[in-house]
This record gives sequence, C-alpha cells and structure tokens, in this order.
Amino acid sequence: MAVISDQTARGAKPRDRAGGRTRARAVGLPLLLNAVSVGLGIAVWWALALAGLKLPTPPEVVTQAITLIGNGTLGKDVLASLTRVLIGFALGTAAAVPVGFLMGWYAVVRGLVEPWIQFFRTVPPLAIIPLAIVLMGIGEAPKIFVIFLAAFLACVISTFQGVVNVDRTLINAARVLGAKDAGIFARVVVPASTPFILVGMRVGLGSAWATLVAAELIAAQQGLGFRMQNAQLYYDLPTIFVGLISIGILGLLMDRILLVAERKLTGWQERR
Amino acid sequence: MTAKITVQSVTKTFALGKDTFTALDQVSLDIADNEFITVVGPSGCGKSTLMNILAGLEEPTAGRALVDGVPVSGPGPERGVIFQQYALFPWLTVRKNVEFGLKTAGVGKAERRERAQHFIDLVGLGDFADALPKMLSGGMRQRCAIARAYAVNPSILLMDEPFGALDALTRVKLQEQLLDTWSQEQRTVLFITHDVDEAVFLANRVIVMAARPGRIYDVVEVDLPYPRSEDFRLSPEFADLRNRVWHSVYHQDGRTAAPVAARP
Ligand SMILES: Nc1ncnc2c1ncn2[C@@H]1O[C@H](COP(=O)(O)OP(=O)(O)OP(=O)(O)O)[C@@H](O)[C@H]1O
Ligand SMILES: [Mg+2]
Repeated sequence: MAVISDQTARGAKPRDRAGGRTRARAVGLPLLLNAVSVGLGIAVWWALALAGLKLPTPPEVVTQAITLIGNGTLGKDVLASLTRVLIGFALGTAAAVPVGFLMGWYAVVRGLVEPWIQFFRTVPPLAIIPLAIVLMGIGEAPKIFVIFLAAFLACVISTFQGVVNVDRTLINAARVLGAKDAGIFARVVVPASTPFILVGMRVGLGSAWATLVAAELIAAQQGLGFRMQNAQLYYDLPTIFVGLISIGILGLLMDRILLVAERKLTGWQERR
Repeated sequence: MTAKITVQSVTKTFALGKDTFTALDQVSLDIADNEFITVVGPSGCGKSTLMNILAGLEEPTAGRALVDGVPVSGPGPERGVIFQQYALFPWLTVRKNVEFGLKTAGVGKAERRERAQHFIDLVGLGDFADALPKMLSGGMRQRCAIARAYAVNPSILLMDEPFGALDALTRVKLQEQLLDTWSQEQRTVLFITHDVDEAVFLANRVIVMAARPGRIYDVVEVDLPYPRSEDFRLSPEFADLRNRVWHSVYHQDGRTAAPVAARP
C-alpha cells in the first residue's frame, strides 16, 4: 500500500507546481496590458476633448466627482441605485432558483411555466416599464419589479439548465448508495447545478443593473440614472460622465464579487 | 437452494432512431450465493446493460431479474455497484465520497469516519483522503469508487471493469484483496472485465458474451480451489482455461470477432 501512495504522490506534486507557475505568469501579463489599455483610453479621451469635441476633460470630471462626493449627492444616488438593484436581484434570484429546480425536476412544472418564461424572455424588461408604472405608480415598486423580472429570467433558465444537465451516472451512483429522491436532490442535484446557478446569477445581476439605470431614467427622484437624466437637462456633461463611470465601476465590482463566490463554491470543477 | 441472483430470459432493446437495437437477447443466468462470476465479451455486447438491470437502474424489456427470489425493482443497498465511469461526486473529497452511502444508511459520524478510513487505507488512498476527485489520477479515482462501494458492505457486488484503469501492480494487488475480502465476508460478485486473465483468475465461472444481439455465448467453469496465488497464475490448469476463454471471446462462431467492436 505504501508503494502505491508513494508512486501517486510523486506523480501528482510536480504537476501542481507547474500549474501554479503558469497561472502566476498568465495573471501578471494581462493585468499589465489591462492597465496600459485603460491609460491609453483616458489619453485618447483627453486628446479628443482638447481637440474641440464637446467632451469634458478628465480633470473636469474628477473635479465634478469630488464635488458630488463632497455634498453627498453621489453617495445618496449610489445608495438609492444599489438598494433597488440588490432588492430586485435578491428577490429575482430567490424566486428563480426554486422555480428552475422544479422545472428541471418535474416535467409538469416545466410544461406549465416554460411558455411564460420564453415569452417574457423575448420582451426586454424595459418594455415592461410603461405597464409597470401604470399599474404600480411611480414609487419604488415598478422599478424593483422590472429589475426583479430581469434577474429572475436570466437566473431561472440557467438553473433549469443546470438541473437538466446533472450527470445521470451521478444520480445512479447516489441511488445505488441508498439515496432516495430528497437525498438525491439535496446531495447531488443542488451541488451539481451550483455552477449553472452562479453563472445565471452573474448574468442576472448584469441585466438587473442595466435595467435599473433605464428605469431610473424614466421615473425617479434619486439614483444614478436620475442624476444623469437631470444633468442632461442642464447640459452638465461632467455629471453625466461621473454617473457613467460610477455605473461601470459598481457593475464591475458586483460582478467580481460574484466571480469570487463562484470560484469558491465551484472550485471542485475540472477546468480545461 | 434457490439462486442468489436469477436472470430469466432477459431481453433489453433500445430505440435507435426508427429501429430497435437489441442489447440483450433472452439472457438467462443463475448465480449461486457466494459465487464469484466474471463476465467477458467484446465491447458493446451488453455487459454494462446486464449489470444495470441487476442494479435496478434499468428495466428489462422482457423477462425478469430476481435477487433472493424477489424481482428487482430499483436499487438497494444490499447491491453495491462500481460503475465503469467511476461516478465519483466531484464536489466531495475522497473521504466524503466513501462516507456517502454510510450517511444515507444513517451511520453515526464517528463510526462513519472510522469505516471510511479503513476502506480508504485498504485501497491505498490514505494520503489523499481529503483530496477532491479532480486531483486524482484515473486509477486513484477507480480505487476511490471501489472503497465507496465496499464501505456499505453489500452482500452483492456488481463491478463494471473496476480495475480497468489500473497499472499491473495495483491491479494484481486489488485482485488479491478482492478475493481475500470475498472469501472472508462471503459475498456474491458479478465482475465485468475485458481482461481474460483477470476473468479466469478471479472466477468460479466465466460468462462469455457475444454481441449483436448481446447474448451468453459460453460458460467456462473454473473448478479450482481458492486461495489463488501467484503459483496459480503460472499453473497449466490456468493456462488451459485461459486459452479456452480467449478462444470463446475472440473466435466467436469460428470467425474472428474484432477485440474492440465499434459501437453501432
Ligand atoms: N441508453 C442506451 N440507449 C441506446 N443504446 C444503448 C443504451 N445503453 C446501451 N446501449 C447499446 O447497447 C449495447 C450494449 O451496451 P453496453 O454498455 O451494455 O456494452 P458493454 O458490453 O458494457 O460494452 P463495453 O465493454 O464497451 O463497456 C451497445 O451497443 C450500446 O450502444
Ligand atoms: Mg460496459
């Protein structure tokens, strides 16, 4: 027995070390390229602004950002937008996961739910806004509702895919080890579809964020979308830029957080 | 004495587009309690299909399979299965994989751990108990699957090419361990293999199957005593039986069947 484990141990270790090294190199270079690219982009922007295009220069935008942060406007807007997105996204995901599971597990549920999901998927959530405003007024409800819808649709489909794609042999393995339906569900189907759910959540968050800003453009008293809409009336380009950049950075941050969660929860997957 | 496992003219067909494909054609077989049966035959002759039916994972199209005189309806913990594709849970460590069946059986935490450890050591994975399957080589995965099936201590073991991906040394070691535990704990084993030597070395009886349609082509009794050791592998009796099985597998119906037949 010792012979066996020694052999395999020796076989496994060098491979790991080699993997570590290539990964370190693979991360370093693209990061540098990313930084160079961002720098170049800002330089081009600046050049265009100086060349007489109707653009604010980077320093103007920075100054405006500092002002907006200083008087608390940016903070309040970010908070309002984030609250909406997080509530809508949380509700959407919380509804999507069980519905997706039920669809994957029971053909009857799939048959009943699928046409509606396919239909609403072809309607952009923004197209629902007029209806939502008429039905729910101009308060928070319609905005959160459309965000909910966007997150739900993205997440429900990938959860469903995850359940459908669970390897039959794993389910069989659990069955011959004595697991019954509930056990198979909790101990095989849920973990096996986690990667799909997390991908769905990332797509859902992206689409929730996109929907939010548009929802705020139409009817809001606060929020990044509202602030930009308002700035447009006054030709206040630096504020629009601050808004755009904040939206981009926040979206990126949230996506990164989910990406980290995904890595943590699905590290068992074999990556090719 | 009634047989432990009875296969009564089992036929299994699969839909293949508009046609039906006969994977098993009227297969009948009695396996006595504590018997060690090996099954050999060209690829695609229905070995795995037969095992799945006995495991309760597939239903025969016609005929029936009985275990202890009771028709098989679904899997049961008294029938341990080792799948051809390992089927380890990739999100669980080796230890948790081995403990899976014990957990469903309601075995307490401490005992679970102890029993799992015993079988992990038995297959030589002691240093990898907390590793995930993705870190294991093919042979190590196979050994983990073996430990997982052994751990629930089933009275019937259905093994689908369990030693297929192992190096010669580990393979011989595990064959001997398998015979050891089999003779100590008295189990009924159905063991599928591609390896004629392995089939003869392990079995009371070697079942040779033929393809298209899948059927039992020959049954070779290995009427030689256990324990079987190195010497047994070198004995003339072993060589004779081996030749006979080899002939049955590779010269079916007088014409040479391809050793690895293409799947339709
Ligand atoms: N679910 C299925 N649907 C259609 N055909 C199937 C299915 N399962 C098995 N078959 C067919 O039945 C035949 C027997 O398959 P089986 O897996 O039992 O072969 P086998 O003897 O185990 O082969 P191998 O030695 O390659 O593992 C094959 O021709 C295969 O294509
Ligand atoms: Mg097979």
